Amino acid sequence: MHPIAEKYLRKSALPMIFCPGCGHGTVLNAFLRAVDDLGIIDDLSLVGGIGCSSWAPVFVNTDVLHTLHGRAIAVATGLKLAQPRRHVVVFTGDGDCIGIGGNHFMHAARRNIDLTVILLDNNIYGMTGGQVSPSTPMQATTQTSPHGNPDPPMDASTVAIACGATYVARWTSAHPLGIKKAVKQAIAHKGFSLVHTLSQCPTQAGRYIHGTPRADDLLEYYKARAVTRKQARKLPEDELSERIVIGTLHQSDQRPELCESIAAMHTSLKG
Amino acid sequence: MKRIVVDQKYCKGCCLCISQCESEVLATSKNRNAKGYLATEAADPDKCIGCMRCELICPDMAITVEDVDDEN
Repeated sequence: MHPIAEKYLRKSALPMIFCPGCGHGTVLNAFLRAVDDLGIIDDLSLVGGIGCSSWAPVFVNTDVLHTLHGRAIAVATGLKLAQPRRHVVVFTGDGDCIGIGGNHFMHAARRNIDLTVILLDNNIYGMTGGQVSPSTPMQATTQTSPHGNPDPPMDASTVAIACGATYVARWTSAHPLGIKKAVKQAIAHKGFSLVHTLSQCPTQAGRYIHGTPRADDLLEYYKARAVTRKQARKLPEDELSERIVIGTLHQSDQRPELCESIAAMHTSLKG
Repeated sequence: MKRIVVDQKYCKGCCLCISQCESEVLATSKNRNAKGYLATEAADPDKCIGCMRCELICPDMAITVEDVDDEN
């Protein structure tokens, strides 16, 4: 076992519940390396909702809140407001974050509260058996769309930027060093930060959407489609829709942060 | 010199590390581990160039690329 895993994981909870080849473990691996570099484990609180993705924080030996489906960001907002000095990191999935908890996600981005949301996006509801999620590609067959998904997918990064998030990065599980860098930047950033990580699900999304249960083929799928922002600017619109733009998509310090706004309001009321 | 150590207790045999290794150091073991998985092992450890790609991609953090002193 890796020394970082020895240091930060709860041995009693291991092995992780993830299926063999699941990308969520790779993202957790990169996250723990970022936390180790920053040395913030004692000031860290992790929040998860429901789903495979939300199991990721449970294995970390720190303060963990396992909450209701879709409500991870709502609970994290309360935690951050009560203890503004803590680094609050939310692990959530595509169904949990932009499906069931879509409203909390939009409004946390709008309020620009200093949370770090790590969105593990595998394009499907994996744990419950492979139902269609808001990020499932159009025409993809799943357990609840046997004749093809009639809905176009929703891009969480674009929604976050539109709602006012001040740090948005997108990476895939094929780019662990990119995820590590993004997590470090997101935790250091003052304001709502989204690290959108596309993560392979060989068991559900692999078999039903991408037509392969092999995790290594799914990594190749991500690698073949990933383009940087610089490369993306040169691509025509129709080709870009097939690609995954990776890197830091948006960063700004122009909007006020919620905890600071509330602290300023308290100070002014005290006179 | 680098040495790859795969923890047989936690490896689930997903082969992501094998797909990432360009030096073909890793291979699937013929023996099952305690959980019943055909875990990965460092079949040809001398070929390792220490790129760390296997360690970074491992979803179960079962791989460690260690520095070893070259006695020769």
